[in-house]
Amino acid sequence: MLKAVLGALVPLLAAVVAFAFGAIMLLALGASPLEGLNAMLDGAFGSGSRLAATAVKATPLILVGAGITIAFRTSVINIGGESQIIAGALLSTVVALTLPDLPAFILVPLVLLAGAAGGAVLGAIPGALKAYASVNEILSTIMLNLVMVQFMNFLLRGPLIDPFELEAGTRIPQTQRLSDNAALPTLIDGTRLHIGVPVAIIAAVAAYLILWRTPTGFRLRAVGHSPEAARAAGISVKRNVTLAMALSGSLAGIAGSILVFGSEGQRMVTDGSAAGFTGSAGFNGIVAALFGGLHPLWTIPSAMLFGALLTGATQLQRVLQVPAALAVALNGIVVIFVISSTPVRGWLQRSLADSGLFSRSSNRVEAD
Amino acid sequence: MGPETNILEMRGITKAFPGVIANEGIDLDVRYGEVHTLLGENGAGKSTLVKILFGLYQADEGSILLRGEPIAVGSPSEAIASKIGMIHQHFMLVPTLTVAENVALGTASTRRPFTDLDVVSRRVSEISEEHGLAVDPSVEVRRLAVGERQRVEIIKALYRDAELLVLDEPTAVLTPGEVDDLFVILRRMADAGRGLIFISHKLREVMSLSDRITILRNGKVVGTTTPDETSREELAQMMVGRAVRLTPEKPDMDVGPARLEVESLTIHGDRETVAVNDISFEVRSGEILGIAGVSGNGQRELAEAIAGLRVGEPGGSIRLDGVEVTDKDTRSRRDRGLGFIPEERMRDGAIAEFTVSENMVLVDHASRQFTSRGMLAFDAIRRHSRKLVDDFAVKTPGIETPTSSLSGGNIQKVILARELSASPTVLLACQPTRGVDIGAAEYIHTRLIEQRNLGTATILISEDLDEVMGLADRIAVMYEGEIVAVLPAEGATREGIGLLMAGVVEPTAQTVG
Repeated sequence: MLKAVLGALVPLLAAVVAFAFGAIMLLALGASPLEGLNAMLDGAFGSGSRLAATAVKATPLILVGAGITIAFRTSVINIGGESQIIAGALLSTVVALTLPDLPAFILVPLVLLAGAAGGAVLGAIPGALKAYASVNEILSTIMLNLVMVQFMNFLLRGPLIDPFELEAGTRIPQTQRLSDNAALPTLIDGTRLHIGVPVAIIAAVAAYLILWRTPTGFRLRAVGHSPEAARAAGISVKRNVTLAMALSGSLAGIAGSILVFGSEGQRMVTDGSAAGFTGSAGFNGIVAALFGGLHPLWTIPSAMLFGALLTGATQLQRVLQVPAALAVALNGIVVIFVISSTPVRGWLQRSLADSGLFSRSSNRVEAD
Repeated sequence: MGPETNILEMRGITKAFPGVIANEGIDLDVRYGEVHTLLGENGAGKSTLVKILFGLYQADEGSILLRGEPIAVGSPSEAIASKIGMIHQHFMLVPTLTVAENVALGTASTRRPFTDLDVVSRRVSEISEEHGLAVDPSVEVRRLAVGERQRVEIIKALYRDAELLVLDEPTAVLTPGEVDDLFVILRRMADAGRGLIFISHKLREVMSLSDRITILRNGKVVGTTTPDETSREELAQMMVGRAVRLTPEKPDMDVGPARLEVESLTIHGDRETVAVNDISFEVRSGEILGIAGVSGNGQRELAEAIAGLRVGEPGGSIRLDGVEVTDKDTRSRRDRGLGFIPEERMRDGAIAEFTVSENMVLVDHASRQFTSRGMLAFDAIRRHSRKLVDDFAVKTPGIETPTSSLSGGNIQKVILARELSASPTVLLACQPTRGVDIGAAEYIHTRLIEQRNLGTATILISEDLDEVMGLADRIAVMYEGEIVAVLPAEGATREGIGLLMAGVVEPTAQTVG
């Protein structure tokens, strides 16, 4: 019990310390930390539409994060969120370009499914490479991130570019405005809150159910804990490693299609850089998942926190006239403190165990 | 030799870990020139006690007198300086270095900053000769057999002038012949006036080697006795705290049809060497085929091939219940009725982080019994686990307890329960009681025999000759990847099998089918 409280308390404490660091930076810039905090809270939660914007920002993080929990629980390190987001976005864009006249109630689910399929393929490739050829998945997913960014740039500058950009000669790498039938319906008028938000939450719940309530998830976790024991019990390690990566990628792929069809522009656009389209959601999603203790449901509030950081930072910048880089730095500091809180938590629990506050189950004795 | 008779006295040693008192007021004295055995089950506190002696742990209470002088051992290097030597169960040797280099490691050279390997070599030869150890100082350790490596460890201790030697389960890795050789060496060292602490749970060895035996149970001394005053049965009873049946009762069975047939099976090991060479045998319904052999003679590879975890060379065949499964994976072999108790229970047998309940259904989690509408049926799983925990007397706080917090014997019972509850037609049991308490081992043996009586064809791979001889109906002896003999258990002798295990094939040894 105490352990559970501690488990939740330490990362929160880490976040508080991180914000204290942010306050020092604000002071150094000559701004008031209190005003800064106020501006951030106001920017993130100050009104219905701001809250909606925060939720929309958190959506890709929830999806990528929930996917990451599936991969990490299977002991596969998926760093390929970026490539999977891009693949999902590209495939769903192609679907919307090919079948623009389908009615919305068919086309919206279809583009989301296309996103899932695209992401699944980009997950399954490094998954299968690891399972069948022992290729390190960290390397292969990072490399595929680079490959997919360039592939996206190629498509958006060439085959998929908006014909108008060619005519006008401006050549902005973006698609034409996609079919309105594919646009994610807005849930509350006057806000940006679209159907992608509940889709992400449902996906996170589904990830939870898969991992802990289905035979498939049982096998994934078994492989994650002990590939040897899983194998001896008749569970295919290769198949499940590939599956974990495919599932993980499919959630990131959905995030990709939401980034396209939930955007105001209703088109896929890049500035040529990796983050230009994804906003680094493929990496921030990993952080959200880790902050959520690799639990799909805890990933939701965790992603909301990072979404709030993103939207709050915009307001911070506007009100206090501090550089935009401060928000990025603040984000980074939160990440560092949260990640490094894990060993602190372990240390705290151990020393509490030594003082006899814990039962022996938390601390095995090495005797004989 | 000092005027007093005891080289070591440990008085009132108490050591507590969170939730466990590993040692509680333990008194132990070791005389000059005696082999003093510490006997006890896992968790009885033997290792903790000698780790305190060797400076790896600090006692909470109690004192240690070495040669009559009170000492405080703060670290292993202080222990070595006090002429205490320890032979660990797992050798602490660098395989790519020579014997002399291994001995010199960690000692100061007489010619610093240069090495004095020639001096070390000469000294090693002297020690080797003096104690009948027969070890060449210039040979690389990786070229040595297990028994020889152990003698290098002994030389290391003697080189450091150890007068008190602790041997932690030294016979676990040896053949019966090597054990005999070791005992001669140990006896000679004791006769030279050294004090030896011998840790073991093998009653036969304890009876043959010890001068005195101190039995520990639950961190306390149960008693100290001598082999003349006691018997194996009495020792077992003192260890466990109740009467124990050392040889299981085994009714005669009529064997049925062959359930497992292995034909011309050749397996390459991890280093591309031939681990199993053209083996053929069969196991019939209602019999236990014991496979005896020193570890590393192909048993592991054979077991993995039968379980579907390792692929044999083309041309060999494995049939389960008459059906060819050579190219089938573990899953389909299990679906055909194979039960598998792996040798390394914590690596292959159970998932430490999973709950007892999850491990109980590790194999059958997707069966109709444990699923409903695509989801795991937790009620059914819990009911099943609770029943197995009761049926197999698994000592656990509950079925949702992480398996890692169970003792080795209870984890093995979880695996046994899982595998037997599937009513296997063929059961592959590898080292089913290795490192398991006598009480749990007795229970596991009973269950294996019950399963045999139900008609299961069992293949028992074990390095414990007593276990093989007590359980098996037929005994196959493996040596260097081949089955050198198959004998009926009835009439087989320890000595005969021991010779076969060492590769000595007597012309008179009768080989049967």
